[in-house]
Amino acid sequence: MPAAAISLRPSEVQQGWRRWKSRLITCAMGLSAAVVMTPLFLVLYFLIREGASSLDWNFFTQLPKPTGETGGGMANAIVGTITLLAMAAVIGVPIGVMGGIYLAEYGSERGNDGLRFAADVLNGVPSIVWGMVIYVILVTPFKTFSAYAGGVALGLMMIPLIMRTTEEVLLLIPQSYREAALALGIARWKIILVIVVKAAMKGIVTGILIALARVAGETAPLLFTALGNNFWNHNLKEPIAALPLQIFAYAISPYDDWHRQAWAGALVLMLLILGTNICVRLLSRDRRI
Amino acid sequence: MPEVQSIRPPEAATRPSVPAAAPGVPSPEETPAFDIRDFSLWYGPRQALQAVTIRIPAKRVTAIIGPSGCGKSTFLRALNRMHEVTPGTRIQGQLRLFGDDLYAATVDPAAVRRRVGMVFQKSNPFPTMSIEENVLVGLRLNGIRDRAFLQRRLEESLKLSALWDEVKDHLKRPGISLSGGQQQRLCIARALAVQPEVLLMDEPCSALDPIATAKIEELIQQLRLQYTVVIVTHNMQQAARCSDRTAFFYMGTLIEFSDTRTLFTNPANPQTEAYVSGRFG
Repeated sequence: MPAAAISLRPSEVQQGWRRWKSRLITCAMGLSAAVVMTPLFLVLYFLIREGASSLDWNFFTQLPKPTGETGGGMANAIVGTITLLAMAAVIGVPIGVMGGIYLAEYGSERGNDGLRFAADVLNGVPSIVWGMVIYVILVTPFKTFSAYAGGVALGLMMIPLIMRTTEEVLLLIPQSYREAALALGIARWKIILVIVVKAAMKGIVTGILIALARVAGETAPLLFTALGNNFWNHNLKEPIAALPLQIFAYAISPYDDWHRQAWAGALVLMLLILGTNICVRLLSRDRRI
Repeated sequence: MPEVQSIRPPEAATRPSVPAAAPGVPSPEETPAFDIRDFSLWYGPRQALQAVTIRIPAKRVTAIIGPSGCGKSTFLRALNRMHEVTPGTRIQGQLRLFGDDLYAATVDPAAVRRRVGMVFQKSNPFPTMSIEENVLVGLRLNGIRDRAFLQRRLEESLKLSALWDEVKDHLKRPGISLSGGQQQRLCIARALAVQPEVLLMDEPCSALDPIATAKIEELIQQLRLQYTVVIVTHNMQQAARCSDRTAFFYMGTLIEFSDTRTLFTNPANPQTEAYVSGRFG
Protein backbone atom coordinates (compact mmCIF):
# COMPACT_ATOMS: atom_id res chain seq x y z
CA MET A 1 0.00 0.00 0.00
CA PRO A 2 2.30 2.79 -1.16
CA ALA A 3 -0.40 5.43 -0.72
CA ALA A 4 -0.73 4.68 2.98
CA ALA A 5 3.03 4.61 3.44
CA ILE A 6 3.35 8.06 1.93
CA SER A 7 0.41 9.53 3.84
CA LEU A 8 1.50 11.84 6.65
CA ARG A 9 -1.50 10.89 8.73
CA PRO A 10 -0.72 7.66 10.61
CA SER A 11 -3.31 4.89 10.58
CA GLU A 12 -5.02 3.66 13.74
CA VAL A 13 -2.71 0.65 13.82
CA GLN A 14 0.38 2.81 13.45
CA GLN A 15 -0.81 5.11 16.21
CA GLY A 16 -1.45 2.19 18.51
CA TRP A 17 2.06 0.84 17.90
CA ARG A 18 3.58 4.27 18.53
CA ARG A 19 1.74 4.67 21.79
CA TRP A 20 2.92 1.25 22.88
CA LYS A 21 6.54 2.03 21.96
CA SER A 22 6.33 5.32 23.81
CA ARG A 23 5.07 3.63 26.98
CA LEU A 24 7.77 0.96 26.77
CA ILE A 25 10.62 3.49 26.49
CA THR A 26 9.15 5.73 29.22
CA CYS A 27 8.96 2.70 31.50
CA ALA A 28 12.56 1.72 30.75
CA MET A 29 13.77 5.25 31.55
CA GLY A 30 11.72 5.37 34.75
CA LEU A 31 13.22 2.05 35.86
CA SER A 32 16.74 3.28 35.13
CA ALA A 33 16.09 6.38 37.20
CA ALA A 34 14.85 4.19 40.04
CA VAL A 35 17.96 2.03 39.81
CA VAL A 36 20.09 5.19 40.15
CA MET A 37 18.24 6.16 43.32
CA THR A 38 18.26 2.72 44.93
CA PRO A 39 21.91 2.61 46.10
CA LEU A 40 21.52 5.94 47.88
CA PHE A 41 18.51 4.68 49.79
CA LEU A 42 20.20 1.34 50.48
CA VAL A 43 23.25 3.12 51.90
CA LEU A 44 21.14 5.39 54.07
CA TYR A 45 18.92 2.49 55.17
CA PHE A 46 21.77 0.28 56.32
CA LEU A 47 23.70 3.10 57.93
CA ILE A 48 20.68 4.15 59.95
CA ARG A 49 19.66 0.58 60.82
CA GLU A 50 23.12 -0.44 61.97
CA GLY A 51 24.54 2.85 63.11
CA ALA A 52 21.74 4.87 64.67
CA SER A 53 21.49 2.65 67.75
CA SER A 54 25.19 3.18 68.58
CA LEU A 55 24.98 6.93 68.16
CA ASP A 56 24.80 8.54 71.57
CA TRP A 57 26.31 11.48 73.38
CA ASN A 58 29.40 9.44 74.27
CA PHE A 59 30.10 8.79 70.62
CA PHE A 60 30.64 12.52 70.06
CA THR A 61 32.48 13.25 73.33
CA GLN A 62 34.65 10.26 74.24
CA LEU A 63 37.84 8.71 72.97
CA PRO A 64 37.90 5.11 71.78
CA LYS A 65 38.01 2.60 74.66
CA PRO A 66 40.79 -0.01 74.83
CA THR A 67 40.06 -3.47 73.45
CA GLY A 68 37.77 -5.41 75.75
CA GLU A 69 36.02 -2.43 77.25
CA THR A 70 32.65 -1.45 75.81
CA GLY A 71 31.47 2.08 75.05
CA GLY A 72 33.69 4.96 74.07
CA GLY A 73 33.35 7.19 71.04
CA MET A 74 35.04 8.85 68.11
CA ALA A 75 35.36 12.41 69.36
CA ASN A 76 39.02 12.52 68.34
CA ALA A 77 38.24 11.21 64.85
CA ILE A 78 35.49 13.78 64.30
CA VAL A 79 37.74 16.62 65.40
CA GLY A 80 40.57 15.04 63.38
CA THR A 81 38.53 14.98 60.18
CA ILE A 82 37.55 18.61 60.69
CA THR A 83 41.19 19.55 61.34
CA LEU A 84 42.35 17.70 58.23
CA LEU A 85 39.64 19.34 56.13
CA ALA A 86 40.62 22.77 57.44
CA MET A 87 44.27 22.16 56.52
CA ALA A 88 43.23 20.80 53.12
CA ALA A 89 41.09 23.90 52.53
CA VAL A 90 43.98 26.23 53.42
CA ILE A 91 46.00 24.60 50.64
CA GLY A 92 43.32 23.67 48.15
CA VAL A 93 41.00 26.70 48.17
CA PRO A 94 43.42 29.56 47.39
CA ILE A 95 45.46 27.60 44.85
CA GLY A 96 42.38 26.05 43.25
CA VAL A 97 40.46 29.33 43.02
CA MET A 98 43.44 31.32 41.74
CA GLY A 99 44.23 28.59 39.22
CA GLY A 100 40.61 28.66 38.05
CA ILE A 101 40.73 32.45 37.66
CA TYR A 102 43.92 32.12 35.65
CA LEU A 103 42.33 29.54 33.36
CA ALA A 104 39.18 31.60 32.81
CA GLU A 105 40.67 35.09 32.56
CA TYR A 106 44.34 34.86 31.66
CA GLY A 107 46.71 32.51 29.92
CA SER A 108 47.08 31.60 26.28
CA GLU A 109 44.68 29.21 24.65
CA ARG A 110 47.29 26.51 24.15
CA GLY A 111 48.79 26.83 27.62
CA ASN A 112 45.34 26.65 29.14
CA ASP A 113 44.49 23.51 27.17
CA GLY A 114 47.57 21.92 28.70
CA LEU A 115 46.60 23.08 32.19
CA ARG A 116 43.06 21.79 31.81
CA PHE A 117 44.33 18.45 30.62
CA ALA A 118 46.70 18.25 33.59
CA ALA A 119 43.89 19.12 36.01
CA ASP A 120 41.61 16.49 34.48
CA VAL A 121 44.33 13.85 34.74
CA LEU A 122 44.98 14.86 38.37
CA ASN A 123 41.26 14.49 39.08
CA GLY A 124 41.54 10.91 37.87
CA VAL A 125 44.64 9.98 39.87
CA PRO A 126 43.65 7.18 42.30
CA SER A 127 43.61 8.55 45.82
CA ILE A 128 46.00 5.89 47.12
CA VAL A 129 48.59 7.24 44.71
CA TRP A 130 48.29 10.64 46.35
CA GLY A 131 48.89 8.94 49.70
CA MET A 132 52.02 7.21 48.44
CA VAL A 133 53.47 10.36 46.91
CA ILE A 134 52.92 12.37 50.08
CA TYR A 135 54.38 9.51 52.09
CA VAL A 136 57.61 9.85 50.16
CA ILE A 137 57.64 13.65 50.27
CA LEU A 138 56.38 14.44 53.79
CA VAL A 139 56.51 11.29 55.89
CA THR A 140 59.84 9.56 55.20
CA PRO A 141 62.00 12.73 55.42
CA PHE A 142 60.54 13.63 58.85
CA LYS A 143 60.43 10.01 60.00
CA THR A 144 56.88 10.39 61.33
CA PHE A 145 53.31 10.23 60.10
CA SER A 146 51.64 13.56 60.69
CA ALA A 147 48.43 15.54 60.46
CA TYR A 148 50.28 17.92 58.13
CA ALA A 149 50.97 15.12 55.65
CA GLY A 150 47.29 14.11 55.70
CA GLY A 151 46.13 17.69 55.23
CA VAL A 152 48.51 18.21 52.32
CA ALA A 153 47.37 15.00 50.64
CA LEU A 154 43.70 16.04 50.86
CA GLY A 155 44.52 19.64 49.89
CA LEU A 156 46.37 18.57 46.76
CA MET A 157 43.42 16.41 45.77
CA MET A 158 41.13 19.42 46.11
CA ILE A 159 43.16 21.70 43.84
CA PRO A 160 42.17 20.30 40.44
CA LEU A 161 38.54 19.88 41.52
CA ILE A 162 38.21 23.49 42.67
CA MET A 163 40.21 24.80 39.74
CA ARG A 164 37.90 23.28 37.15
CA THR A 165 34.64 24.26 38.87
CA THR A 166 35.91 27.82 39.42
CA GLU A 167 36.86 28.11 35.78
CA GLU A 168 33.48 26.84 34.66
CA VAL A 169 31.45 29.27 36.76
CA LEU A 170 33.65 32.21 35.75
CA LEU A 171 33.10 31.40 32.09
CA LEU A 172 29.34 31.53 32.74
CA ILE A 173 29.61 35.23 33.63
CA PRO A 174 28.63 37.07 30.44
CA GLN A 175 31.41 38.85 28.56
CA SER A 176 29.20 41.96 28.52
CA TYR A 177 29.91 42.58 32.24
CA ARG A 178 33.64 42.51 31.64
CA GLU A 179 33.22 44.90 28.71
CA ALA A 180 31.00 47.24 30.69
CA ALA A 181 33.63 47.42 33.42
CA LEU A 182 36.49 47.82 30.94
CA ALA A 183 34.65 50.73 29.33
CA LEU A 184 34.61 52.49 32.72
CA GLY A 185 38.40 52.49 32.72
CA ILE A 186 38.68 50.06 35.63
CA ALA A 187 41.89 48.07 35.97
CA ARG A 188 41.62 44.48 34.82
CA TRP A 189 42.48 42.83 38.15
CA LYS A 190 39.84 44.92 39.92
CA ILE A 191 37.26 43.93 37.33
CA ILE A 192 38.05 40.27 37.86
CA LEU A 193 37.98 40.48 41.65
CA VAL A 194 35.16 42.91 42.28
CA ILE A 195 32.85 42.19 39.37
CA VAL A 196 33.47 38.80 37.81
CA VAL A 197 34.46 36.76 40.88
CA LYS A 198 31.81 38.48 42.98
CA ALA A 199 29.12 37.60 40.48
CA ALA A 200 30.36 34.01 40.43
CA MET A 201 30.85 33.74 44.19
CA LYS A 202 28.02 31.32 44.86
CA GLY A 203 29.22 28.99 42.15
CA ILE A 204 32.78 29.12 43.46
CA VAL A 205 31.66 28.37 47.03
CA THR A 206 29.54 25.52 45.69
CA GLY A 207 32.60 24.08 43.98
CA ILE A 208 34.63 24.37 47.19
CA LEU A 209 31.95 22.58 49.21
CA ILE A 210 31.70 19.80 46.65
CA ALA A 211 35.48 19.36 46.77
CA LEU A 212 35.42 19.29 50.59
CA ALA A 213 32.63 16.70 50.61
CA ARG A 214 34.56 14.65 48.11
CA VAL A 215 37.81 14.51 50.13
CA ALA A 216 36.07 14.25 53.53
CA GLY A 217 35.46 10.57 52.97
CA GLU A 218 38.88 9.72 51.50
CA THR A 219 40.64 6.94 53.37
CA ALA A 220 43.44 5.81 51.11
CA PRO A 221 45.47 9.05 51.03
CA LEU A 222 45.35 9.17 54.84
CA LEU A 223 46.55 5.60 55.39
CA PHE A 224 50.23 6.46 54.94
CA THR A 225 50.05 10.10 55.94
CA ALA A 226 47.76 10.94 58.88
CA LEU A 227 47.86 7.27 59.92
CA GLY A 228 45.15 7.52 62.59
CA ASN A 229 45.36 7.90 66.33
CA ASN A 230 43.39 6.50 69.25
CA PHE A 231 43.98 9.60 71.32
CA TRP A 232 43.70 13.34 70.95
CA ASN A 233 46.21 14.89 68.63
CA HIS A 234 48.10 17.64 70.43
CA ASN A 235 50.64 18.36 67.75
CA LEU A 236 50.00 18.52 64.02
CA LYS A 237 53.46 17.02 63.48
CA GLU A 238 52.09 13.78 64.91
CA PRO A 239 49.52 11.29 63.60
CA ILE A 240 45.90 12.35 63.81
CA ALA A 241 42.65 10.39 63.83
CA ALA A 242 40.11 10.73 61.02
CA LEU A 243 36.63 9.30 60.63
CA PRO A 244 37.32 7.22 57.51
CA LEU A 245 40.49 5.78 59.09
CA GLN A 246 38.68 4.95 62.32
CA ILE A 247 35.85 3.30 60.39
CA PHE A 248 38.39 1.28 58.44
CA ALA A 249 40.26 0.16 61.56
CA TYR A 250 37.07 -0.76 63.43
CA ALA A 251 35.36 -2.46 60.50
CA ILE A 252 38.22 -4.94 59.99
CA SER A 253 38.50 -5.67 63.72
CA PRO A 254 37.06 -8.89 65.18
CA TYR A 255 34.92 -7.15 67.84
CA ASP A 256 31.15 -6.65 67.55
CA ASP A 257 31.26 -3.53 69.64
CA TRP A 258 33.80 -1.96 67.27
CA HIS A 259 31.69 -2.99 64.28
CA ARG A 260 28.78 -1.08 65.77
CA GLN A 261 31.02 1.93 66.30
CA ALA A 262 32.20 1.68 62.69
CA TRP A 263 28.58 1.82 61.51
CA ALA A 264 27.93 4.84 63.69
CA GLY A 265 31.07 6.53 62.33
CA ALA A 266 29.98 5.80 58.79
CA LEU A 267 26.57 7.30 59.53
CA VAL A 268 28.15 10.47 60.93
CA LEU A 269 30.46 10.77 57.90
CA MET A 270 27.53 10.24 55.55
CA LEU A 271 25.45 12.86 57.36
CA LEU A 272 28.38 15.29 57.15
CA ILE A 273 28.59 14.81 53.39
CA LEU A 274 24.81 14.87 52.96
CA GLY A 275 24.69 18.12 54.96
CA THR A 276 27.36 19.65 52.75
CA ASN A 277 25.45 18.66 49.64
CA ILE A 278 22.25 20.15 51.02
CA CYS A 279 24.15 23.41 51.64
CA VAL A 280 25.30 23.26 48.02
CA ARG A 281 21.70 22.86 46.84
CA LEU A 282 20.50 25.78 48.94
CA LEU A 283 23.35 27.97 47.69
CA SER A 284 22.88 27.20 44.03
CA ARG A 285 19.10 27.41 44.13
CA ASP A 286 18.64 31.13 43.45
CA ARG A 287 21.74 31.74 41.42
CA ARG A 288 21.22 34.92 39.45
CA ILE A 289 23.25 33.90 36.47
CA MET B 1 14.79 68.94 3.49
CA PRO B 2 11.16 67.78 3.29
CA GLU B 3 12.39 64.17 3.31
CA VAL B 4 14.03 64.61 6.67
CA GLN B 5 10.86 66.14 8.03
CA SER B 6 8.79 63.24 6.74
CA ILE B 7 10.80 60.59 8.56
CA ARG B 8 10.49 62.34 11.88
CA PRO B 9 7.84 60.65 14.00
CA PRO B 10 4.92 62.86 15.04
CA GLU B 11 5.92 62.85 18.72
CA ALA B 12 9.14 64.66 17.82
CA ALA B 13 7.20 67.90 17.73
CA THR B 14 6.03 67.51 21.30
CA ARG B 15 9.49 66.88 22.72
CA PRO B 16 11.30 69.77 24.35
CA SER B 17 13.13 71.77 21.77
CA VAL B 18 16.86 71.45 21.64
CA PRO B 19 18.64 74.57 22.72
CA ALA B 20 21.30 76.28 20.65
CA ALA B 21 23.44 74.95 17.80
CA ALA B 22 20.76 73.86 15.36
CA PRO B 23 21.58 70.31 14.26
CA GLY B 24 23.48 70.02 11.07
CA VAL B 25 24.71 73.54 10.87
CA PRO B 26 28.47 73.30 10.81
CA SER B 27 30.25 76.17 12.39
CA PRO B 28 33.82 76.96 11.48
CA GLU B 29 34.89 77.34 15.10
CA GLU B 30 33.89 73.74 15.93
CA THR B 31 36.82 72.05 17.65
CA PRO B 32 37.40 68.45 16.71
CA ALA B 33 37.27 65.99 19.61
CA PHE B 34 38.71 63.14 17.58
CA ASP B 35 41.23 63.85 14.87
CA ILE B 36 41.69 60.60 13.02
CA ARG B 37 44.01 60.12 10.07
CA ASP B 38 44.53 57.10 7.84
CA PHE B 39 43.30 54.80 10.56
CA SER B 40 43.18 51.13 9.56
CA LEU B 41 42.31 48.12 11.68
CA TRP B 42 42.77 44.39 11.15
CA TYR B 43 41.22 41.38 12.86
CA GLY B 44 43.96 38.88 12.19
CA PRO B 45 44.35 38.86 8.41
CA ARG B 46 41.00 40.57 7.74
CA GLN B 47 41.04 44.32 7.34
CA ALA B 48 37.97 45.85 9.01
CA LEU B 49 38.75 49.57 8.61
CA GLN B 50 40.45 51.07 5.56
CA ALA B 51 42.43 54.25 6.13
CA VAL B 52 39.64 56.21 7.78
CA THR B 53 40.24 59.96 8.03
CA ILE B 54 37.65 61.91 9.98
CA ARG B 55 37.38 64.81 12.42
CA ILE B 56 34.60 64.27 14.92
CA PRO B 57 33.44 67.58 16.41
CA ALA B 58 33.30 68.21 20.16
CA LYS B 59 29.97 68.72 21.95
CA ARG B 60 28.00 67.45 19.01
CA VAL B 61 26.22 64.22 18.29
CA THR B 62 27.84 62.26 15.50
CA ALA B 63 25.93 59.31 14.10
CA ILE B 64 27.58 56.43 12.32
CA ILE B 65 25.44 54.52 9.87
CA GLY B 66 25.99 51.77 7.36
CA PRO B 67 24.94 48.22 6.57
CA SER B 68 25.83 45.30 8.88
CA GLY B 69 29.50 44.41 8.77
CA CYS B 70 30.56 47.80 7.39
CA GLY B 71 32.92 48.41 10.30
CA LYS B 72 30.85 50.98 12.17
CA SER B 73 30.94 49.12 15.50
CA THR B 74 34.62 48.36 15.01
CA PHE B 75 35.28 52.03 14.39
CA LEU B 76 33.36 52.98 17.54
CA ARG B 77 35.25 50.45 19.63
CA ALA B 78 38.56 51.70 18.25
CA LEU B 79 37.74 55.15 19.66
CA ASN B 80 38.27 53.88 23.22
CA ARG B 81 40.44 50.88 22.38
CA MET B 82 37.69 48.45 23.35
CA HIS B 83 38.46 46.43 20.21
CA GLU B 84 41.61 45.27 22.00
CA VAL B 85 39.40 42.87 23.99
CA THR B 86 39.36 40.78 20.80
CA PRO B 87 42.69 38.99 20.48
CA GLY B 88 44.71 39.40 17.30
CA THR B 89 43.77 42.96 16.33
CA ARG B 90 46.24 45.37 14.82
CA ILE B 91 45.97 49.07 13.95
CA GLN B 92 47.77 51.58 11.81
CA GLY B 93 47.37 55.32 11.51
CA GLN B 94 46.68 58.08 13.94
CA LEU B 95 43.86 58.66 16.39
CA ARG B 96 44.00 61.76 18.57
CA LEU B 97 41.54 62.98 21.19
CA PHE B 98 41.91 66.71 21.85
CA GLY B 99 45.46 66.43 20.59
CA ASP B 100 46.50 63.37 22.60
CA ASP B 101 47.53 60.27 20.72
CA LEU B 102 45.34 57.54 22.26
CA TYR B 103 47.49 54.79 20.79
CA ALA B 104 50.85 56.08 22.00
CA ALA B 105 52.95 53.33 23.55
CA THR B 106 52.90 55.02 26.96
CA VAL B 107 49.10 55.32 27.11
CA ASP B 108 47.19 52.91 29.36
CA PRO B 109 43.99 51.69 27.65
CA ALA B 110 42.15 52.00 30.99
CA ALA B 111 43.06 55.72 31.04
CA VAL B 112 41.68 56.10 27.50
CA ARG B 113 38.41 54.51 28.58
CA ARG B 114 38.08 56.86 31.54
CA ARG B 115 38.08 59.71 29.01
CA VAL B 116 35.93 57.90 26.45
CA GLY B 117 32.97 56.09 28.00
CA MET B 118 30.76 53.57 26.28
CA VAL B 119 27.18 52.31 26.32
CA PHE B 120 26.41 48.96 24.74
CA GLN B 121 23.66 47.54 22.60
CA LYS B 122 22.33 45.33 25.36
CA SER B 123 21.98 46.97 28.76
CA ASN B 124 24.37 45.33 31.19
CA PRO B 125 24.03 46.59 34.78
CA PHE B 126 26.15 44.55 37.17
CA PRO B 127 23.82 41.90 38.61
CA THR B 128 25.32 41.87 42.11
CA MET B 129 25.02 45.63 42.58
CA SER B 130 22.26 48.03 43.55
CA ILE B 131 21.27 51.00 41.40
CA GLU B 132 23.52 53.25 43.44
CA GLU B 133 26.47 50.85 43.35
CA ASN B 134 26.09 50.47 39.61
CA VAL B 135 26.31 54.20 39.03
CA LEU B 136 29.26 54.68 41.36
CA VAL B 137 31.28 51.56 40.55
CA GLY B 138 33.50 53.35 38.05
CA LEU B 139 34.42 56.06 40.57
CA ARG B 140 34.82 53.68 43.51
CA LEU B 141 37.00 51.21 41.65
CA ASN B 142 39.11 54.08 40.40
CA GLY B 143 39.88 54.88 44.02
CA ILE B 144 37.46 57.68 44.91
CA ARG B 145 36.28 57.49 48.54
CA ASP B 146 34.96 61.00 49.21
CA ARG B 147 31.35 60.37 50.30
CA ALA B 148 30.02 63.82 49.49
CA PHE B 149 31.55 63.76 46.05
CA LEU B 150 30.16 60.29 45.34
CA GLN B 151 26.70 61.36 46.49
CA ARG B 152 26.84 64.40 44.23
CA ARG B 153 27.97 62.39 41.22
CA LEU B 154 25.22 59.83 41.88
CA GLU B 155 22.53 62.46 41.75
CA GLU B 156 24.03 64.37 38.83
CA SER B 157 24.53 61.26 36.72
CA LEU B 158 21.06 59.91 37.35
CA LYS B 159 19.52 63.31 36.63
CA LEU B 160 21.52 63.66 33.44
CA SER B 161 20.37 60.24 32.30
CA ALA B 162 16.75 61.19 33.16
CA LEU B 163 16.42 58.35 35.64
CA TRP B 164 16.60 60.24 38.95
CA ASP B 165 12.87 60.82 39.41
CA GLU B 166 12.09 57.17 38.75
CA VAL B 167 14.67 55.65 41.10
CA LYS B 168 15.51 58.26 43.75
CA ASP B 169 13.40 56.50 46.39
CA HIS B 170 14.87 53.04 45.90
CA LEU B 171 18.52 53.45 45.10
CA LYS B 172 19.37 50.33 47.08
CA ARG B 173 17.35 48.03 44.86
CA PRO B 174 19.25 45.75 42.47
CA GLY B 175 20.07 47.39 39.14
CA ILE B 176 18.59 44.47 37.27
CA SER B 177 15.19 45.01 38.90
CA LEU B 178 14.59 47.95 36.52
CA SER B 179 12.82 47.72 33.15
CA GLY B 180 14.83 47.36 29.95
CA GLY B 181 14.75 51.05 29.07
CA GLN B 182 15.56 52.07 32.64
CA GLN B 183 18.47 49.62 32.70
CA GLN B 184 19.88 51.22 29.57
CA ARG B 185 19.59 54.69 31.15
CA LEU B 186 21.24 53.26 34.27
CA CYS B 187 24.13 52.14 32.05
CA ILE B 188 24.31 55.65 30.62
CA ALA B 189 24.39 57.08 34.14
CA ARG B 190 27.14 54.64 35.04
CA ALA B 191 29.18 55.74 32.03
CA LEU B 192 28.59 59.44 32.81
CA ALA B 193 29.49 59.13 36.49
CA VAL B 194 33.20 58.94 35.74
CA GLN B 195 32.89 62.23 33.81
CA PRO B 196 34.24 61.13 30.45
CA GLU B 197 34.88 63.65 27.71
CA VAL B 198 33.20 61.50 25.09
CA LEU B 199 30.30 59.05 25.26
CA LEU B 200 30.19 56.26 22.68
CA MET B 201 26.88 54.50 22.12
CA ASP B 202 26.72 51.24 20.21
CA GLU B 203 23.14 50.86 18.98
CA PRO B 204 21.83 51.82 22.42
CA CYS B 205 18.16 51.53 21.46
CA SER B 206 18.09 48.43 19.31
CA ALA B 207 16.75 46.28 22.17
CA LEU B 208 14.19 48.87 23.35
CA ASP B 209 10.59 49.67 22.55
CA PRO B 210 9.66 52.99 20.87
CA ILE B 211 8.81 54.78 24.12
CA ALA B 212 12.07 53.81 25.81
CA THR B 213 13.86 54.73 22.58
CA ALA B 214 12.27 58.18 22.56
CA LYS B 215 13.48 58.75 26.13
CA ILE B 216 17.04 57.80 25.25
CA GLU B 217 17.00 60.03 22.17
CA GLU B 218 15.73 62.92 24.25
CA LEU B 219 18.51 62.24 26.69
CA ILE B 220 21.09 62.30 23.89
CA GLN B 221 19.89 65.82 23.05
CA GLN B 222 20.59 66.85 26.63
CA LEU B 223 24.00 65.21 26.62
CA ARG B 224 25.27 67.11 23.60
CA LEU B 225 25.38 70.28 25.69
CA GLN B 226 28.17 68.81 27.82
CA TYR B 227 29.55 65.81 26.00
CA THR B 228 30.78 64.69 22.64
CA VAL B 229 28.51 61.83 21.64
CA VAL B 230 29.20 59.26 18.96
CA ILE B 231 26.33 56.89 18.25
CA VAL B 232 26.25 53.85 16.01
CA THR B 233 22.79 53.08 14.76
CA HIS B 234 21.07 50.74 12.36
CA ASN B 235 18.14 53.06 12.30
CA MET B 236 18.50 55.88 9.81
CA GLN B 237 15.53 57.76 11.20
CA GLN B 238 17.26 57.74 14.54
CA ALA B 239 20.43 59.17 13.01
CA ALA B 240 18.35 61.83 11.28
CA ARG B 241 16.43 62.65 14.46
CA CYS B 242 19.20 63.00 16.94
CA SER B 243 22.54 63.70 15.32
CA ASP B 244 24.31 66.81 14.10
CA ARG B 245 26.73 64.99 11.87
CA THR B 246 26.46 61.65 10.17
CA ALA B 247 29.16 59.37 8.85
CA PHE B 248 28.33 56.67 6.36
CA PHE B 249 30.57 53.60 6.38
CA TYR B 250 30.60 50.90 3.76
CA MET B 251 32.92 47.87 3.66
CA GLY B 252 35.30 49.36 6.19
CA THR B 253 35.63 52.65 4.36
CA LEU B 254 34.27 56.03 5.35
CA ILE B 255 32.21 56.94 2.30
CA GLU B 256 30.79 60.26 3.38
CA PHE B 257 30.78 62.50 6.41
CA SER B 258 28.80 65.68 6.57
CA ASP B 259 26.14 67.38 8.57
CA THR B 260 23.14 65.14 9.02
CA ARG B 261 20.70 67.16 6.99
CA THR B 262 23.00 67.30 3.98
CA LEU B 263 23.85 63.62 4.18
CA PHE B 264 20.20 62.59 4.18
CA THR B 265 18.84 65.12 1.70
CA ASN B 266 21.68 65.92 -0.61
CA PRO B 267 24.41 63.31 -0.32
CA ALA B 268 27.52 63.88 -2.40
CA ASN B 269 28.23 60.22 -2.98
CA PRO B 270 25.91 57.96 -5.03
CA GLN B 271 26.51 55.05 -2.61
CA THR B 272 25.35 57.18 0.28
CA GLU B 273 22.31 58.22 -1.66
CA ALA B 274 21.48 54.60 -2.49
CA TYR B 275 21.78 53.64 1.17
CA VAL B 276 19.84 56.49 2.74
CA SER B 277 17.07 56.19 0.21
CA GLY B 278 16.74 52.51 1.11
CA ARG B 279 17.93 51.01 -2.16
CA PHE B 280 20.40 48.69 -0.45
CA GLY B 281 21.69 47.68 2.96
